[in-house]
Amino acid sequence: MIRYVLRRLLYAVPILIGVNLITFFLFFVVNTPDNMARIHLGVKHVTPAAIAQWKAEHGYDKPLFVNPEQSGLKAVTDTLFMDRSLKLFSFDFGKADDGRDIARDIRTRMWPSLAIALPVFVIGLMVNVTAALLVIFYRGTRLEYVGVTGFIALMSISSLFFIIAGQYVIARLWQWLPISGFGGGIDAIKFILLPVLVSVAAGLGSGARWYRTIFIEEIGKDYVRTARAKGLSELRVLFRHVLKNGMIPILTGAVVVLPLLFTGSLVTESFFGIPGLGSYTIDAIRAQDFAIVQSMVFLGSALYILGLLLTDLSYTLVDPRVKLS
Amino acid sequence: MSLLNVENLGVRIGHVAPVDGVSFAIEAGETFALLGESGSGKSMTALAIMRLLPPGGRIVAGAVSFDGKALGELPESQMRGLRGRGIAMIFQEPQTSLNPVMSIGEQIAEALPPGMPRDEQARAVRGLLEEVGIPEPAARMHSYPFELSGGQKQRVMIAQALAGQPRLLIADEPTTALDVTLQAQILQLIKRLARERGMGLLLITHDLGVARHMADRVGIMYAGQLVESLPAGRTGGLEQAFHPYTRKLMQAVPSLQRAGERLAAIPGRVPALDQAFAGCRFTERCPHAFAPCAGTAPEWTRLGEGHAVRCHLAAHPEIVRAGEAAQALRMAGAGSETVLAVRDLRVSFTQRTGQLFGKRRIHAVDGISFELNRGETLALVGESGCGKTTAAKAILGLTPASGGEVELDGKIVTGLSERRFKPYRRLAQIVFQDPYSSLNPRMRVGDILQEGMAALGVGGEAGRGQTIAALLEKVGLAPDALNRYPHEFSGGQRQLIAIARALAVRPKLLICDEPTSALDVSVQAQILNLLADLQREEGLALLFITHNLAAVGYLAQRVAVMKAGRIVETGAVHDILARPQHPYTQSLLASVL
Amino acid sequence: MSLQPVMLWTDALVWLLVLATAGFAWYIARTPVLRESWHNVLARPMGMSSAAVLGVFILVGLADSLHYRERLDNGQFGVEVKSALDAALSPLAARSERTYSAPLATHSQSKENLEQAGGGTVRAAPRLQFGGAHLQDPQRDWRGDVIARAAAGAALGLAVCILFTALLALALARFWRCGFFASLRRLRQPQEKDLAWRSLLVTAFLFLLMAGAMAGLASGYHVLGTDKVGQDVLYQSLKSVRTGLVIGTLTTLVTLPVAIGLGLLAGYFRGWVDDVIQYLYTTLNSIPWVLLVAAAVLIVQVFIEQNERSFSSVAERADARLLALCVIIGLTGWTGLARLLRAETLKLRELDYVTAARAFGVGGPRILLRHILPNVQHLILITVVMDFSGLVLAEAILSYVGVGVDPVMNSWGNMINAARLELAREPVVWWPLLAAFGFMFALVLAANLFADVVQDAFDPRSGVKHPADPRASSQGGKA
Repeated sequence: MIRYVLRRLLYAVPILIGVNLITFFLFFVVNTPDNMARIHLGVKHVTPAAIAQWKAEHGYDKPLFVNPEQSGLKAVTDTLFMDRSLKLFSFDFGKADDGRDIARDIRTRMWPSLAIALPVFVIGLMVNVTAALLVIFYRGTRLEYVGVTGFIALMSISSLFFIIAGQYVIARLWQWLPISGFGGGIDAIKFILLPVLVSVAAGLGSGARWYRTIFIEEIGKDYVRTARAKGLSELRVLFRHVLKNGMIPILTGAVVVLPLLFTGSLVTESFFGIPGLGSYTIDAIRAQDFAIVQSMVFLGSALYILGLLLTDLSYTLVDPRVKLS
Repeated sequence: MSLLNVENLGVRIGHVAPVDGVSFAIEAGETFALLGESGSGKSMTALAIMRLLPPGGRIVAGAVSFDGKALGELPESQMRGLRGRGIAMIFQEPQTSLNPVMSIGEQIAEALPPGMPRDEQARAVRGLLEEVGIPEPAARMHSYPFELSGGQKQRVMIAQALAGQPRLLIADEPTTALDVTLQAQILQLIKRLARERGMGLLLITHDLGVARHMADRVGIMYAGQLVESLPAGRTGGLEQAFHPYTRKLMQAVPSLQRAGERLAAIPGRVPALDQAFAGCRFTERCPHAFAPCAGTAPEWTRLGEGHAVRCHLAAHPEIVRAGEAAQALRMAGAGSETVLAVRDLRVSFTQRTGQLFGKRRIHAVDGISFELNRGETLALVGESGCGKTTAAKAILGLTPASGGEVELDGKIVTGLSERRFKPYRRLAQIVFQDPYSSLNPRMRVGDILQEGMAALGVGGEAGRGQTIAALLEKVGLAPDALNRYPHEFSGGQRQLIAIARALAVRPKLLICDEPTSALDVSVQAQILNLLADLQREEGLALLFITHNLAAVGYLAQRVAVMKAGRIVETGAVHDILARPQHPYTQSLLASVL
Repeated sequence: MSLQPVMLWTDALVWLLVLATAGFAWYIARTPVLRESWHNVLARPMGMSSAAVLGVFILVGLADSLHYRERLDNGQFGVEVKSALDAALSPLAARSERTYSAPLATHSQSKENLEQAGGGTVRAAPRLQFGGAHLQDPQRDWRGDVIARAAAGAALGLAVCILFTALLALALARFWRCGFFASLRRLRQPQEKDLAWRSLLVTAFLFLLMAGAMAGLASGYHVLGTDKVGQDVLYQSLKSVRTGLVIGTLTTLVTLPVAIGLGLLAGYFRGWVDDVIQYLYTTLNSIPWVLLVAAAVLIVQVFIEQNERSFSSVAERADARLLALCVIIGLTGWTGLARLLRAETLKLRELDYVTAARAFGVGGPRILLRHILPNVQHLILITVVMDFSGLVLAEAILSYVGVGVDPVMNSWGNMINAARLELAREPVVWWPLLAAFGFMFALVLAANLFADVVQDAFDPRSGVKHPADPRASSQGGKA
């Protein structure tokens, strides 16, 4: 087991290097540090000296991939790419353009993100599975048709609509909950409730529809017929047999996003003014702060790879057929 | 009053009527076999009795009564109480019929009468597992299905069926998915349990041997109807069968006793069941059909004690029996020219294990040697997983050999690159087992047949057209097949197309990998006859891979018995069938019913 | 007045796509299996209805893809690029107000200081320049006028619908080889294998009635109101159709070659080819999608800003950005399909017909082309139609994040983005949002319903299993 985990972690290294290469290519090859310096310095102050100084201040003063001034191995190691990558690998994210410590921002901002994303994940999963099971239970009736069409209609609605409508109706018209913002402690609940509600509603259509197809596929299998031939009631067949098998792909499919819950949701957080990593990222994109964006890309990738690993491990927990070693 | 009474049962699924007017009765302690080919409606009959028809299926006519209760009128809750406890059922596929994520003990316990205390449940499960012959039941009951072999899974299915103390057991092709050597054991087990417990047994099967071996009475189904019902048993009851279909069916099965006789093939195919029938459904394929057959449906005629038939010719047995004299099969004489020589062929795969960079080698073919001459047939016999298919692929260079040599027509072809192998590709061709996956569903038959010739540059454009037309005629397909797609053909017809495809490049060696095991017996006969004819006419060398020893006697001159990657016994057909030396060969032979 | 046709990049690709679709349709028509499947799609009422709605959207989008410049009075061609749709909607486009006005309003949303006839000023909402300008006394006449115009429009729609029905019956009468009235009867009481013509007619009826009423109202009012700068919201919504369609389709055009190529190669050749391709898509997949798109769009934005001069008009610049967006989403979005195709190819390559082809010495490329590709095309098709709606929805999100289409381009995302803060106004300005969401919902719902029917018709799992193939159900134990 430990060996397996180690091997998977080893596989992660080339992937993260690849991720870094891509972000580097995107950020620095098309938009060179010189360009960045020019934009930041403004039109009036652009002199070669000023550019050099800006680059030195912000740590962009080395060549990108190959350093012609160095020889041997150093030609590739003494470069911006190496510097930045190595730092990222040790989770040293450096400073944002406005001088703030990115790592500290991330540490403080991940909790609000989690406070929204985790309930959305858990409640969403439960609601979707329940909705899917309900429709399955009434299969062959009109209710199934209505349910499935309803799912399709729900997933055809833009998530922005859910947010805007939720904010307008619940927070503004009825004034049940605050429109946006965030608070610490017990106070947080009233800020969390609306975004969670809205996100669960937005995810219901596609989630329930997907789970339904999984359950339908299970229901068609031979062992379900066997269970019925044993004289089990339809509810028992559904819960003891179908649910148990159907939850394997559902749970393991959900596990991959678990680590990513820390990074939050871009749109929800920014609409509801949650000081989480999602809104942090959006602000960085709008401010064109590449240091933050790159850190978030790296963090996201690392967490995704962790999610893949957890997925494999979760199989061993829920599926007796899978053994890793 | 019978235990089970099925009266004029009719089932519809959409526009299709898979069961139409089926009646039979089963007494307690009696075994009744429903015998029929695929699509005859035998499984649907069983599911209709259990009221477990697939979605869209419904009972449209007739009545089923069990123990005096009319099942059609029971509310679902009471019907549920009857399933498992009154009538239990085992299915064809033990691989998929058990819940993969529940331990077998739990699954059996579910079928026990409700309200049993936990420790008593455990005891009951252990007892059941012991009864069906699972070793160490106390430990095994915590196993998951994937930890059991196919035979053991079917035993668990049986234990589960027995758990509710049913009075009627329905077994739907219980041994079809199992290896032949297991078949006899499982059938024995079912039979013993039924006898001990005084259960009625409804056995659904396509296999005459199974029916003859197991049943007290047999009902023969054709196209959704029961056409004949007669007592069976070892006393040779089945030989009294009257219906032309039943008789044809019996002559179509290759058997050890009748090696060297031509098999009776039934031309045509089972009619589609989405139509209304006026007359006898077998009319189009019946050799004795006369005027009334097409116009009016035959009534049941009683022929003897427990023997009834639905045939207009019931009064004229002499007509039906005429022309049944066995035709001798003319075998080709083996030539002296060696087409294929296999020397110490080995194929092994690397399998990744869970360990870090851990790997394991699996020897699928572990040093086999044989030779095959022009006009000769060698049967390679073995059970699933013995490496026979892998050996075939290695001979054709489709799987790399890890050792040994393959000599095709005097040239060693092992280890050649794809490009250098190409000139020898037309020497050897292959026909596969599954007629559904062996033809590309998106290509027209004409293109399928041309593909090989085009790839290997055999014949010119015009010549190819002629070759294909001639081939179609030879395998017995209409010329308009060229522009059609595979899905428009039946399984047997597809296999004919696959044979024509292989022959299109005029190979010297034809490998047939279980060419008939996915087909019904009547179609199997057609394919086997064709292969025999082809070999005689073309002087083909035939490597015939099969698990069915009965078919071997029919087609081959020599046999090689394969087990776990090795050939354990080889020799002339008569010798091996008469005096098998190796214990494995003996057990294979003993399992032929 | 003469016109100079202008072919924007996306126009060229859109028409190329139309051509490709026509070619595909021809291929379907001569392949019985495919024809049967498509027949099943259009025989389902839901399939026919959603296809009809999609068809309307596509017509609007295509009309908006015929661009031209007008010759001005001085003999030069103008800078402004217009489309056939603009020409058709020119009254809508031209009648702009000063600022917000509610749907069918006669007065502006905001109050101004108005000079009264008798001198002095009063603070009130001014009359609109076009909306209801023909009314003498809006208080009194408005209701009657609205009903009259809507009814007249609806009547016109009904007339068109009757004409459409007659034409359809006439065309089908030729096809069915029966008389006109027999054809009409058969439309009402379809025979077993007929397409769902009745659903088409019902959909057409509802649509034409609605469109007619809207057109009638549009002759005198802003049916969906006006936005901040007084532009007609209906016009904007219609102009946004093309943007949504282009993103939903051209993106796929970029995705397909990459996904198909890499997926098939990985699955068929396995070994190191597979390793490399798997590495590629795991890497790409591991980057959060919005961030990846955002980063790429930012780069393109920088690039466009640096090369401002190479675009001769605003439309061209916006078009370049739209195309770039499609390419970016396409190049980052191929992993799902590639993975699916890889898995399917892994399965297919072990099938006997592929082995048979290999036994004939048929080479890899030919096997991929003749044996694998035709047998995965249903997966490709299902993915394309399923992805379409997701992409239309994604446009709105990306525009909100600030990395969507050019801000000057009409798109539902931009409409939502511009209007979302106006919900805080008093009285509420809700119509631009509702219009954008409504149009988007109609398109996406039609696409999703269509995709659902297509999946049913093409997914072999929903088909009938071969009874003589016991092995068909036994595979799949291994996770």
